[in-house]
Amino acid sequence: MSYIKKPRVHHPGLTRNRLGLTRRDYEGTMSTLCAGCGHDSITAAIIEAFWELEIAPHEVAKTSGIGCSGKTPTYFLKEAHGFNGVHGRMPSITTGAHAANRELVCIGVSGDGDSLSIGMGQFAHVVRRNVDMLYIIENNGVYGLTKGQFSASADVGSTAKRGQVNREHPIDSVLLSLNLGAGFVARSFSGDKEQLVPILKAGLRHRGFALIDVISPCVTFNDHRGSTKSYQYTRDNYNQLVYADFVPPAEEIAASFEAGDVRSVQMHDGSRIAFRKVPDDYDPTDRDQVYGYIRERQRAGEVATGLLYVEEAPQEGEHSDFHGLQATVDEPLSSYPFEDLCPGADTLERLQERFR
Amino acid sequence: MLKPTDTRNPDHYHRVVDCQWGCPAHTDIPEYIRLIANGQYTESYLLNRKSNIFPGILGRTCDRPCEPVCRRVRLDGEPVAICRLKRVASDLRDDITGFLPTIPEEKNGKRIACIGAGCASLTVANDLMPLGYEVTIFEKLARPGGLMWTNIPEFRLPAKVLWEEIDYILDMGVDLRLNSSIDSLAALLEEDYDAVFIGSGAPKGKELNLPGRWDSEQIHIGIEWLESVRFGHIDSCGDRVLVIGVGNTAMDCCRTAQRLGASDVKVMARKTKPYFKASPWELEDAIEEQVEILENHSPSRFIIEDGKVVAMEFDLVTWTPGENGRLKAEVHDSKIIECDEVILAIGQDTAFPWIERDIGIDFNKWDMPIVDKTTFMTSVPGVFMGGDAAWGPENIIWGVEHGHQAAISIHAWCEGRPLTDRPPEGMNLISQKMGLHEWSYSNDYDEAERVKMRHVDLQERFKRLDIEVEEGFDIEQTLTEVERCLNCDIQTHFEADLCIECDACIDICPLDCLTITHNGPEEDLTQRLTAPLLNYPEEPLFISEDLPQTGRIMVKDEDLCIHCGLCAERCPTAAWDMRKSDLLVPYAGLEAGEMHPGMSIMNLALNGGSADGEPAGPGAALTGAGAG
Repeated sequence: MSYIKKPRVHHPGLTRNRLGLTRRDYEGTMSTLCAGCGHDSITAAIIEAFWELEIAPHEVAKTSGIGCSGKTPTYFLKEAHGFNGVHGRMPSITTGAHAANRELVCIGVSGDGDSLSIGMGQFAHVVRRNVDMLYIIENNGVYGLTKGQFSASADVGSTAKRGQVNREHPIDSVLLSLNLGAGFVARSFSGDKEQLVPILKAGLRHRGFALIDVISPCVTFNDHRGSTKSYQYTRDNYNQLVYADFVPPAEEIAASFEAGDVRSVQMHDGSRIAFRKVPDDYDPTDRDQVYGYIRERQRAGEVATGLLYVEEAPQEGEHSDFHGLQATVDEPLSSYPFEDLCPGADTLERLQERFR
Repeated sequence: MLKPTDTRNPDHYHRVVDCQWGCPAHTDIPEYIRLIANGQYTESYLLNRKSNIFPGILGRTCDRPCEPVCRRVRLDGEPVAICRLKRVASDLRDDITGFLPTIPEEKNGKRIACIGAGCASLTVANDLMPLGYEVTIFEKLARPGGLMWTNIPEFRLPAKVLWEEIDYILDMGVDLRLNSSIDSLAALLEEDYDAVFIGSGAPKGKELNLPGRWDSEQIHIGIEWLESVRFGHIDSCGDRVLVIGVGNTAMDCCRTAQRLGASDVKVMARKTKPYFKASPWELEDAIEEQVEILENHSPSRFIIEDGKVVAMEFDLVTWTPGENGRLKAEVHDSKIIECDEVILAIGQDTAFPWIERDIGIDFNKWDMPIVDKTTFMTSVPGVFMGGDAAWGPENIIWGVEHGHQAAISIHAWCEGRPLTDRPPEGMNLISQKMGLHEWSYSNDYDEAERVKMRHVDLQERFKRLDIEVEEGFDIEQTLTEVERCLNCDIQTHFEADLCIECDACIDICPLDCLTITHNGPEEDLTQRLTAPLLNYPEEPLFISEDLPQTGRIMVKDEDLCIHCGLCAERCPTAAWDMRKSDLLVPYAGLEAGEMHPGMSIMNLALNGGSADGEPAGPGAALTGAGAG
């Protein structure tokens, strides 16, 4: 925590996006997390991604639950809509916001405790419903806010700061969400913005539910030898399985890539994800194969990262997103007058009469 | 591949302190500004005096090489008012005579002669007297001070301020011989001196040999005219005055003429404003006093009637870029401007008619004596030279620095040590961390604009010659201005082996100074930084050793860092720390950082409390909130 605010003075070379905003305009208030927290780096990557995508802050809804992760939406996009909800209930709040206004860009920030323990049920169902949102799990393997107990994502054999060994099996949010049918699944690392920023951009542009599990070391309670979520361990066992670049609609895929290297996935708004340096036998659109591949890398002791699986949701049909599944109108419900959305007691009476 | 920066070399961190690097005497500006912020005016004055022995004089008259290079210029366009703050310390200080070095009663038997009692000779005396030397200064005029006395009008530099600071030095026991012009260096060398220092300045105003120049008594040389005014030989002037030339002397001349009764004063410039030699603030002050400055007027003749100048004729010129980048004048018209008096202020030269050309002092083709730039010795062993005499007109602070360097040489010469072995500079580097989020200095960036100096009312100031125009900063103004200083000497110090590459520093840096990246060739690496380089390589890069986890490097562009300390606050491993770099400068008989015996009390004063043992002065209570 700092006692001074980040001064407004900035580099004269700071560029503006098409909205006339600089990266600094996408910041929030000063972080009160521990110095060196991975979450702050993720915040910086989120700021970068929104600025690069030229999304107006007031068109964004940012939501969170409880825990260190729950604090982070305060630190980016100070002009966005925000809701800091009950522990583990961020998915419901985001679902509600998105149901009411489908034009909102929804970003939910959660943690391994918030999503995989108390909020596990909520997490599973928001994936199933395919709510069009970017869901970030800031994954550090501990309950930082309550001083470092193991969380549900702690690996078997990893140790707590004072040496206790974890014996319980971890829940892996990436494998879990692949199982639950998520259409966009990625794992990244707070210490690698070069990888994280393009994935965040692709996740924000993806139609349907997008999960990014970001290894985010807890410098205070889980950055020691024996931890499997430390800066050192993550770097030692890092395997950048998939390199993905986000290519906005108007741009050509950079010619510098070897033609054979590039596999491009088209997104609904005309933008594309360009995969390169993907292993020969890896298809990021084949759910079963991706699942097997990640399991295999885990057994080899590696942290497989990158945009691991992507399948853009169609507008309608059984694989479509939340609004497609519910067959709602194209316009946001929030744009309808109250009388249209709620026809009144008389109409309800008439409707109920039909069932009597 | 770029090599890691050696931060143990005092030069790296010294360069980051732009003002101190820009000051010829390397005055510790940020520290003396902090002392002012703390109400420790006496301490601030004494710290200043270590390098710049005339804080009161220079707080009014310095040419301020520190200000244009101030980092604040690159951030909000206006430098910290360093010079004016220096004056605050001088104005509000207590008596400092108790803190001046003790002069040994038993002398070391070495006698030094200085020629000219200007800033350079006075500095030599200031540095050598405490070592036991007997210093004699020969001055041709009836007063010491050189051009500080004769050429800077009293409305800019009150006599009291000048005499007080000169007396600090003379009272050390200097043998000052007034009205003692040296007419022969050979004769002086015959006398029993162990070394001679020539600090005779550049006392000869340049001539303008145009038709009519010698036919009227109302045509003056600027510096001679100012001297006559100073000594009271001239106390009035004509109604319409033309000042030829647009340097700082011209500004003093035109403003003095205003005060001697002229009502129509014109400054005639051959070129356009960007080429004016005067400091911008001196131009501003003259314009404020309704002096008219006419561009592109090249004088061609004086028009004389009955032995009096009545007008001057000028060529009206336009300037076009000519060969080898020089401007070429094209005359397109001419103009006659009436006047009662003309003052020529087109520059000044050194003059050495008193140096015999057969005694071994080598002169170059411009008839300037050849002086070694490091040792300040002429081609005659034991004869030294500094100030304007050595390389032509500069400003006072250069004369002071020449004096310091010459004193080091003279001391080595008298002790029989080689002059080229210059004593090295040193550096202390001390953490300023006071607590988890607390620093010893005011680390927040203050957006205040540069404080404007208040001037005495226009009518009021013309009543007498000795009414100082600048009123000096009051406490409120001072407290605003000190907060504008970015404390560039509180360095962001990085220890690579502690870094875990969490990016916290990079994310928090408001000016995007930091990058973690792979090392590479300079032209490639400099393209991969978080923000584009704007002033490289004038403003240095810091390059770290390889980082332990990935082998990448930390790069810092020092150019725009505001020294807010947020990188160090956000660093979980204290790989970044804010450390004060204290440049230790050697002086004659003093190694870097050493002080004269009896002055250790000054050290105490600088490290807490005030010089007189009382708690910090009146400003301290007011600064509590602002200057934490």
